[in-house]
Amino acid sequence: MTADNTITNVYKALEQVMDPEIPVLNVLDLGMITDVAFHDNTVQIKMIPTFAACPAISFIQEQIRKVVNRETRLPVEVSIDKTVHWHSNRLSEVAKEKLRNFGIATPQVHQGELRAEIMLNTPCPHCNSSNTYLRSPFGSTLCRAIHYCKDCGMVFEQFKPLE
Amino acid sequence: MMKNAIAELITKMADDELILGHRNSEWTGLGPVMEEDIAFSSMAQDKIGHAWALYRILQEQLDGEDPDQFAFMRAEQDFKCCHLVEMPIGTYDFSLMRHFLFDHAEAVRYDSLQQSSFEPLQQLSRKLKGELKYHTLHADAWILQLCKAGGESYERMQAALDQCFPLAAGIFEPGNDEQGLINAGIYPGEQALYQRWLDAVNTVLVKASLNMPDPATLIPQYGGRKGNHTPHLQPLLQEMGEVFRLDPTARW
Repeated sequence: MTADNTITNVYKALEQVMDPEIPVLNVLDLGMITDVAFHDNTVQIKMIPTFAACPAISFIQEQIRKVVNRETRLPVEVSIDKTVHWHSNRLSEVAKEKLRNFGIATPQVHQGELRAEIMLNTPCPHCNSSNTYLRSPFGSTLCRAIHYCKDCGMVFEQFKPLE
Repeated sequence: MMKNAIAELITKMADDELILGHRNSEWTGLGPVMEEDIAFSSMAQDKIGHAWALYRILQEQLDGEDPDQFAFMRAEQDFKCCHLVEMPIGTYDFSLMRHFLFDHAEAVRYDSLQQSSFEPLQQLSRKLKGELKYHTLHADAWILQLCKAGGESYERMQAALDQCFPLAAGIFEPGNDEQGLINAGIYPGEQALYQRWLDAVNTVLVKASLNMPDPATLIPQYGGRKGNHTPHLQPLLQEMGEVFRLDPTARW
């Protein structure tokens, strides 16, 4: 098996590693993988957590190790990449589409510095109305905020923007 | 020498986050409305996660101990948290005001650390600064809302501010080798951060029509950074480490 072939297979395998808190998104959709390399017959994967205190991190690392090892039959090392920090613009367009279909509003795209006003009138994932307000910047997981839609009367969650 | 001073800086920051994180978690199930229950629980999770990240820097870069051992097995006098974070949760107005004053202090601190010459702190600060925005956003929104409600609501916020302010000023108790840290570009020092913090909180207090206690006559409540604590810390440490100490070598 050549290195190139292995790296392609690793990325294919990573597509199967889902976020335990948002099971429609895989680690590539979320922009959590920063590097895949192949050294001394070992797969070396670098990743970043979405939020520093995310309790799912060690679980996700373990899943990556297990799934990539199963697909490539090679030893796998997963480490945290400290030179890159996660921000919500790293979510791919495909990821945002999946989030909306899952009933969670997507984070607004920001230009580096995040201003609070950006979260006003977050479009409702149920009826698309922007007649909404931020009910709490904290939700059921660290990465979510709670909004209320004045048009359809639904409380909804948003994957919140992070700079 | 510099290594000790950096370790002292990181230890006090981490201890503040661990202890306030524990206090915030005491609101779980008790918040006045469900959103606040969730908010204080989420902030507790953030704070404890941030403490862990700082303890990891101590372990990986400064020959420190395992984060769990360091968090749960230390004696009270080895904790370097300020008195503000040790206080019991009290009433919601006290906890909210503490959260407001503390999180603005953290925001100012992490903002300054983005220029730190100590790379691990510089990298971590970039990550935490964005997360902290949600803490200050939450605090500001509730301070303004409760002050604008007037009457008892406003009076309780002013009373909470008067009670918390000397404690909050104690966050900025000078450390042992501050000039060394300043000269080395590690961070700007407590005095500079204190001034930036006064500006940051005053902007919100003015909007809320609250009267900030006069910094010129204020006596900051110092002692925590030297390991002298209020009577409230020991019972908290006792409770927090109770399960861990049953078997410190257990794997979770």
